[in-house]
Amino acid sequence: MINANTTFRGYRRENGRAGIRNHVIILPVDDLSNAACEAVAHNIKGVMAIPHPYGRLQFGADLDLHFRTLIGAGSNPNVAAVVVIGIEEGWTKKIVDAIAATGKPVTGFGIEMHGDHDTIMRASKVAKEYVQWASERKQEDCPISDLWVSTKCGESDTTSGCGSNPTVGSAFDKLEPLGVTMCFGETTEITGGENIVADRCATPEVREQFMKMFNRYQEIIERHKTSDLSDSQPTKGNIAGGLTTIEEKALGNIQKIGKKCKVIGVLDKAETPTRPGLWFMDSSSAAAEMVTLCAASGYVVHFFPTGQGNVIGNPIVPVIKLCANPRTVRTMSEHIDYDCSGLLQRQKNLEQTGDELIEIMLRTCNGRLTAAEALGHRQFVLTRLYESA
Amino acid sequence: MIHILVHDKKDTVGVAVIEGIKAGQDLTGWVMEDDSTITVKAANDIPIGHKVATREVKKGDTIIKYGFDIGKAVADIKTGEHAHVHNIKTKRW
Repeated sequence: MINANTTFRGYRRENGRAGIRNHVIILPVDDLSNAACEAVAHNIKGVMAIPHPYGRLQFGADLDLHFRTLIGAGSNPNVAAVVVIGIEEGWTKKIVDAIAATGKPVTGFGIEMHGDHDTIMRASKVAKEYVQWASERKQEDCPISDLWVSTKCGESDTTSGCGSNPTVGSAFDKLEPLGVTMCFGETTEITGGENIVADRCATPEVREQFMKMFNRYQEIIERHKTSDLSDSQPTKGNIAGGLTTIEEKALGNIQKIGKKCKVIGVLDKAETPTRPGLWFMDSSSAAAEMVTLCAASGYVVHFFPTGQGNVIGNPIVPVIKLCANPRTVRTMSEHIDYDCSGLLQRQKNLEQTGDELIEIMLRTCNGRLTAAEALGHRQFVLTRLYESA
Repeated sequence: MIHILVHDKKDTVGVAVIEGIKAGQDLTGWVMEDDSTITVKAANDIPIGHKVATREVKKGDTIIKYGFDIGKAVADIKTGEHAHVHNIKTKRW
């Protein structure tokens, strides 16, 4: 049983945060720099390139979010050191300087005036030094209160609301009193359950902020909506799994916040929480977008309940998948870290499955690779707010 | 053996939690809220995860699951019938 004395084997970073992985990442500022980053990761073993398709001609709040996501990803305590490569030096330096504020090693390279070859050579030399340095970082016992845990569900079906989502809720109810920092989001997938979340907000101010975020997202949906949201809410996978309406999906979704946790604050996308407790992050409900935002906010491990079998992973944050659908557990077993299907036959209760999920979480924190890590799922997906200039 | 799971006593639908439910089969339902048991005869084949009506619902009635409104019936639904996108719609979008 977990208690306030429970510890995990973490990497203590320069800024005091505790990570559970020790990655050296090669981070592109923009789409143009993916090839150089991947070349460095090919040259130097044990480092990881994180390619993505954006970073050119963005402006305003959309560009701010781009920077916040990349800076947050590099600053995440699961990352030991960072090489940043951009097409030019200005935006590259902006990201390097912000990551450097955490105290971790970071170096940036601009491709213009050098070309790919010279950039790859110089960046590879730095990456080699970083990975050798990182390989000597030692794990130490960290109190459970140093842990930041996020959650988001995907390819949900009715078993998500019956089993896997309430299991996360049970785990959150156990982790919250121990001072763990947690978050959930998926603003559109609260639709139909927004009053339940609003009632769980700790203060009238938080409630007001939550409803403002919720209503803003509803306005976007109203402006662009098509019949049944073009099979996007619920998705075709949700419907195949038996979910009929957005309200049914939402009521299942919010089982993840348990029965006791209060929502202590709301976060903008990729914003870093300031104290322990359960936060709501305004976000898309698309799995990889949401988990990427959690990584950028500083969360180090993720609970991902699935019904029909979403296969997502993230390069920075281990994604722990749990499932209560016995058919999915049977047909897609290699993707499932924790089978809680026994709940549906009353063979287990939520007390037990919450404890068992926490046990898997601690093993993951102590180094056990998740299914998604072993299978190489590294979906790093940046959220865009609007068109490029 | 539990065939269907019902979250709340007020619910009008239950969820099939085993594979291969056939029309005519007597289903045992577990009501999680008060740990009680109900029985329903399946009127259709019900895939795992899909819903079955646990009481009769008229077109236009609100469908209740988790004790809350999840949409409206767009056709009459008899007890034991498959309840899904062909006879239930959201009230929102």
